[in-house]
Amino acid sequence: MANEVVDHGRRRFLTTATAVVGGLGIVSAAVPFIKSWEPSARAKAAGAPVTQSLSKIEPGQQLIVGWRSLPVFIVNRTPTQLAALPGQNGRLVDPKSDGSSAEQQPKYAQNETRSIKPEWLVMVGICTHLGCVPGYVGEMKPEPFDPNWQGGYYCPCHHSRYDMAGRVYQGVPAPKNMQIPPYNFIDDTTIQIGVDPKGAA
Amino acid sequence: MTKLMKRIIPSIGLVVGLLVGSMQVQAEGPELASSGASVRDQASLQRGARLFFDYCVGCHSLKYVRYSRISEDLGLSEQDVMQNLNFTGARFDDPIVSHMPAESATKWFGKDPPDLSLEVSAKGDDWVYNYLNSFYLDPSSPIGWNNTVLPNAAMPFPLAELQGEQTAVMKPGSDEVEKLTLSHPGKMTPAQYQQATRDLTSFLEYASEPAALQRHQYGIWVLLFLVMFTLLAYVLKKEYWKDVH
Amino acid sequence: MANVFTRIGDWVNERTPGLMPMYRAHMTEYYAPKNFNLWYYFGSLAILVLVNQIVTGIFLTMNYNPSAAGAFDSVQYIMRDVEWGWLIRYMHSTGASLFFVVVFLHMFRGIMYGSYKKPRELVWLLGMLIFLVLMAEAFMGYVLPWGNMSFWGAKVIISLFGTIPFIGQTLVEWIMGDFLPADATLNRFFALHVIALPIVLLLLVVLHIAALHEVGSNNPDGVEIKKGPKGNRWDATKPSDGIPFHPYYTLKDLVGVGFFLLIAAFIIFFAPTFGGWFLEHDNSIMANNLVTPAEIKPVWYFTPFYAIVRMIPSFLGSAVWGVLAMFGAIAVLFLLPWFDRGKVKSIRYRGTGYKVGLAVFVLAFFGLGAVGAGITAEVIPEWFGNVDLTTWENLFGRVMTILYFGFFAFLWAYTHFGWEKTKPVPDRVTMHD
Repeated sequence: MANEVVDHGRRRFLTTATAVVGGLGIVSAAVPFIKSWEPSARAKAAGAPVTQSLSKIEPGQQLIVGWRSLPVFIVNRTPTQLAALPGQNGRLVDPKSDGSSAEQQPKYAQNETRSIKPEWLVMVGICTHLGCVPGYVGEMKPEPFDPNWQGGYYCPCHHSRYDMAGRVYQGVPAPKNMQIPPYNFIDDTTIQIGVDPKGAA
Repeated sequence: MTKLMKRIIPSIGLVVGLLVGSMQVQAEGPELASSGASVRDQASLQRGARLFFDYCVGCHSLKYVRYSRISEDLGLSEQDVMQNLNFTGARFDDPIVSHMPAESATKWFGKDPPDLSLEVSAKGDDWVYNYLNSFYLDPSSPIGWNNTVLPNAAMPFPLAELQGEQTAVMKPGSDEVEKLTLSHPGKMTPAQYQQATRDLTSFLEYASEPAALQRHQYGIWVLLFLVMFTLLAYVLKKEYWKDVH
Repeated sequence: MANVFTRIGDWVNERTPGLMPMYRAHMTEYYAPKNFNLWYYFGSLAILVLVNQIVTGIFLTMNYNPSAAGAFDSVQYIMRDVEWGWLIRYMHSTGASLFFVVVFLHMFRGIMYGSYKKPRELVWLLGMLIFLVLMAEAFMGYVLPWGNMSFWGAKVIISLFGTIPFIGQTLVEWIMGDFLPADATLNRFFALHVIALPIVLLLLVVLHIAALHEVGSNNPDGVEIKKGPKGNRWDATKPSDGIPFHPYYTLKDLVGVGFFLLIAAFIIFFAPTFGGWFLEHDNSIMANNLVTPAEIKPVWYFTPFYAIVRMIPSFLGSAVWGVLAMFGAIAVLFLLPWFDRGKVKSIRYRGTGYKVGLAVFVLAFFGLGAVGAGITAEVIPEWFGNVDLTTWENLFGRVMTILYFGFFAFLWAYTHFGWEKTKPVPDRVTMHD
């Protein structure tokens, strides 16, 4: 009965071959299921560029618009607020946005004011710590969390603080400056969020 | 191998037989001419899309289809779609929604023009094709038109400028339509018009199930893979079953 | 490498109620008769389809919206906007129909080879319970897309309970949670379809297999291998006609799986509606409580049972008889082990009467299916011209109903009174191919 020779080599080879091909099949079959978690066509459509007029935003005022389900802060910064920015550098984690925050803004907004036009701040209002929406505290007056407050953002979740360019202060949990989305000026008083300026990559 | 073949061939025969048989049984209702529509003919889809946006979208939406999807699937550029197909000012990513207000539609036609996203899924391509070829002048109808496929249809016939006007020849002594004759030709010859409605039907068939394009594309590779896997598994099984007497 | 795995395996085994012994008992040391034929693929295929339904079903719930207002749109969202959503849905819808194909063939195998007989009555009963739960599961799943067939199918099937005297109407409203199938109905069906019934189904499947492995598999000869001689090349104490389930039947089933997947993939990629049999045309229209589809009929796997309801006229002012007959048609299947008093299991060695009876039963099943699916309504005028369709269809359907139930009555008499002339059953299994 058991006296014929079993070709173990052939069995091992065929088993491996079938297992590899079958495994390949299972992995390929898993791909559609994994990809089904990607943003759907509807989500992508909702993430299309948003056009916003700036004409009604007074100096010192902030407007929040939705883009890709994210809150985008648009602030008309006053000259005083702008003037206070350079003075913060010593207290910031990455004042020039070229260190840990190098990827947090497009190249055309990697400057002192982190913006295309100095007065207009356009920023994704998500704390870089754990994703809460920081509150806008624009007035320059002593605050319980900072007696020397020069205007900026204060996150209610874990008390991270940012200046008027969304740059994060030292000694708070948030590691990076807040993100600047791609945007461009269609004309002097209208911006389009989600699209880079022509010619900029 | 021969044993495998002996088993596989009848099984394939059985499956194909069942498939064909079940398709046959499904053909119900009045006799409909075959539409000849095909979602695999991209040129036909493009012509059909053009016709849809020229003649249909005024009243009918395709609320489940996005302009961007048409651009991608029909090989049309974004610019092309936005300039030549999108007349409503909708965004590229938006679904195709007719701008006709529902109240006025109800006032004019007695009912809302239906969304056509799933028309071919619901009625079949042959039905749509025949419907588009079966309008005739009917003075007794409030809108002046009637249709042999869908009697008392509430729809006027916007394609009349292409097809022309058909009139009905009645069966003697009855109010049943025997046949339709072209009493007043339109811009197109009958053959051109049939092709145009075939294109439109293809486009609506595509709109019913855009995934059909991907299905065909991937399906063949899946089947080839499974053939390979099954053969390999069969050889492996044979090898082990040498033990069994 | 292998050493690490062995050690991890040992570590787990020392701390569990014996995963390794369980694996051995059900796989490498479960001895199945060596003469299984084509009919024995369908058990493992049913498990494959069950797994497919669970996996694809979980992914469908991620984008499906169980509300009367949103369900239909969300199905189109899955079909168009979700990456690969169409494939996941077609796998689920095709799987549903193939589940019934596989289960019907699996049940027919059991009937043909007497697998329901002593000592496997419990295996059969558990299997029938699975069938019953599967029908409920399929029905509720069919309602979820909220097309017009979903809606009216739900209405008609739920109304079956309305025929029960006295409590019927209250019961119907209780099941629907409204006066028509509505949001409440859809929500509870969703909960039952995706959670409650799958859990019950899985439990029953485990019990079904556990019960089977306790008594051992039957085979096309209907020979009890445990009662035969002992000793084979793997174990001196195990049946001579048995072979280890793994690797022999796992590999054989793998071939079956490959072949089955070929058919399934062909349908999924090239004919997902299967000409309107798997996904019906009228279900492409959203549920409309004002318009019943002109060609309303149940999905194909329910048609034989639905036909029975239609064939029984109301009596004493009640429609309950048709419904009773329909449930009766399933109940008699439960009782099959007790209708059949014959000792010989396999059709190979049974009397001519049994073979003819079974053929008539299959014919009746298909005949009823044809009535339920509206095929007779189409074919009768075609073949016989301008005849009174209702009379002829009812006549045909009632004959088929009588034949369906007649099989069980005949089987009892045939075996009880000893009319059956069986052939001698061999002592050992036979190998045919």
